[in-house]
Amino acid sequence: MFTVFLQFLFSGLTVGAVYALVGMGFNIIYNSTSIINMAQGEFVVIGGLLMWFFTESVKLPFFLAAGLTILSAGLVGLLMERLTIRPLKSADLLLMIMVTIAVSILMRGVLMFKFGKDPYTYAPFTEGEPFTVAGAVIQQQTLWVIGVTACCIVMLYIFFNKTMMGKAMRACAVDTTAAKLVGINVSRVVMISFVLSAMVGAIGGIAITPISLMEYDKGPMLAVKGFCAAIMGGLGRGRGAVIGGFAIGILESMTAGYLHSGMKDAVALVIMLAILFFRPAGLFGSVAMSRLRKF
Amino acid sequence: MGRGNFMALALMLLGVAGMPFLTSGSYALTVGIFAGINALVAIGLCILMGSAGQVSLGQAGFYGIGAYVSSVLSIKFGLPVALSMIAAMAVASFAAVLLAVPALRLKGHYLAVATLGFGEIINVLLNEWGPGGPSGFGDIPHLTLFGYTLSSTTANFYFIWICVAAVIIFSLNILNSRTGRSLRAIHGSETASIAMGLDIVALKMKVFILSAVYASFAGALYAHYVTFISPSSFNLFYSVLALMMVVLGGITNVWGGVAGAIIITILPELLRKFEEFDVLVYGLILTLSLLFLRKGIVPLLIEKAVRLKGGSGARA
Repeated sequence: MFTVFLQFLFSGLTVGAVYALVGMGFNIIYNSTSIINMAQGEFVVIGGLLMWFFTESVKLPFFLAAGLTILSAGLVGLLMERLTIRPLKSADLLLMIMVTIAVSILMRGVLMFKFGKDPYTYAPFTEGEPFTVAGAVIQQQTLWVIGVTACCIVMLYIFFNKTMMGKAMRACAVDTTAAKLVGINVSRVVMISFVLSAMVGAIGGIAITPISLMEYDKGPMLAVKGFCAAIMGGLGRGRGAVIGGFAIGILESMTAGYLHSGMKDAVALVIMLAILFFRPAGLFGSVAMSRLRKF
Repeated sequence: MGRGNFMALALMLLGVAGMPFLTSGSYALTVGIFAGINALVAIGLCILMGSAGQVSLGQAGFYGIGAYVSSVLSIKFGLPVALSMIAAMAVASFAAVLLAVPALRLKGHYLAVATLGFGEIINVLLNEWGPGGPSGFGDIPHLTLFGYTLSSTTANFYFIWICVAAVIIFSLNILNSRTGRSLRAIHGSETASIAMGLDIVALKMKVFILSAVYASFAGALYAHYVTFISPSSFNLFYSVLALMMVVLGGITNVWGGVAGAIIITILPELLRKFEEFDVLVYGLILTLSLLFLRKGIVPLLIEKAVRLKGGSGARA
């Protein structure tokens, strides 16, 4: 009984880690631009598929492949910002969101053209026997996913709290105009936020692909779940998205295990609706702060 | 209704009447039917967004409710199709009320996301509880009106576009009424509208229900024309597509919804010859048109027409 529970818990933590990364990606962009980037899920797919391309097709060593994948994803984020978001600078927010949706369709088109509709996977980071904890089996890759996510969280924390650029980005999140007045280059902040969030997404994709496979059209579902995570924690709050992501991952796998696998996808959405209706600021956000936001 | 709208309507009806004679085979007409069905959804969304300033990413939910409720009622309970369609619209408006009560307190992104969540939940429920599950079900009866069954493509084409015309006239009348002006006031400033004594919650609710009714009507028409439905036709992608139609066509004008629906429906058909490139080219066209036609096609055309006339003349 406990073994089964533990098994569900671990699989929940694995998916949850990716949701958390996607959720953080949403927050990074939302904070600097107030845009909901609907292409966030595609960054994860890009991460997984490019990693397959570099390791299995080009046969590069692991670290080089991972580095190249993350850099390429960052480049995609950069291009997306420079070519589509920046030209629209003063436009309506709705139009901006629609553009991110259009870009996500475009990305899916490119990915489908290059990789086709088949799912891809590659060897886990480390070969070896899975661990057993109280009877529950944990694959080594599961630990990698959680470890990589934890590393990302720590690095983002250091970036946002200890570096000048990170602090500038936080200032933009509070008030763009004021940030401009104290001499912060807001345009660069927006660009970096896209690069950063693309990289975070790609890291998630690299880590999760050996477990759950990756195909070109996985993006939208990942985006929806990651978005639920971000909303649950309070849109724009980094730590909130992490807790939200793990919570949704665990609840999902519990639902699939104990209730009904088909209802799995509804869980995140129901939680999200409940939070929107009863506590729109999120579980950890302050209500007063959220009222100040335009959106 | 204004001269511009009257001309546009006459032009549209002329085009619709001529379509079956200009094209050979039923392929073009079938695409035309889907364009008409999509136009109904887009018009509803147009009013919701352009006039009341509310965003919905959940139209697929209402569209799906329309299709499923109407089909199930007509198959399982033997209800006449016309009646089951009306019942479907009633169910959809009930769902709209349930969603609107909490959701309309939200604005902007939050409302968009709440409606997205609603649409996706409906999709999960259709997958789970709908007859046939994810693979859907068929043998849905065609619509029968006054003893005549709409089974041929041409008949369906005419019927659906007559419905579109009726919905356009109805919508334009609403928009030019006191309600329409109040809606535009809400879009301008909620605070000012409240100060002027408008019951904005009731108004938003009404327009939300209206868009749900249009979408469910379209869904029911779809089900009874295609006679086979599965949940995949009513997923998030459809909601996004509906939003795309409206944004591309122009949210400030009902005709924008119609134009956007026609373009978005025809585009994938034209892109068929690109084969594996099709999604890529589709995404590229959408991205570019959003970047360069920001206000939407119809408002831009009207602007251009007004400039050509040198000022006042045409009005939307």
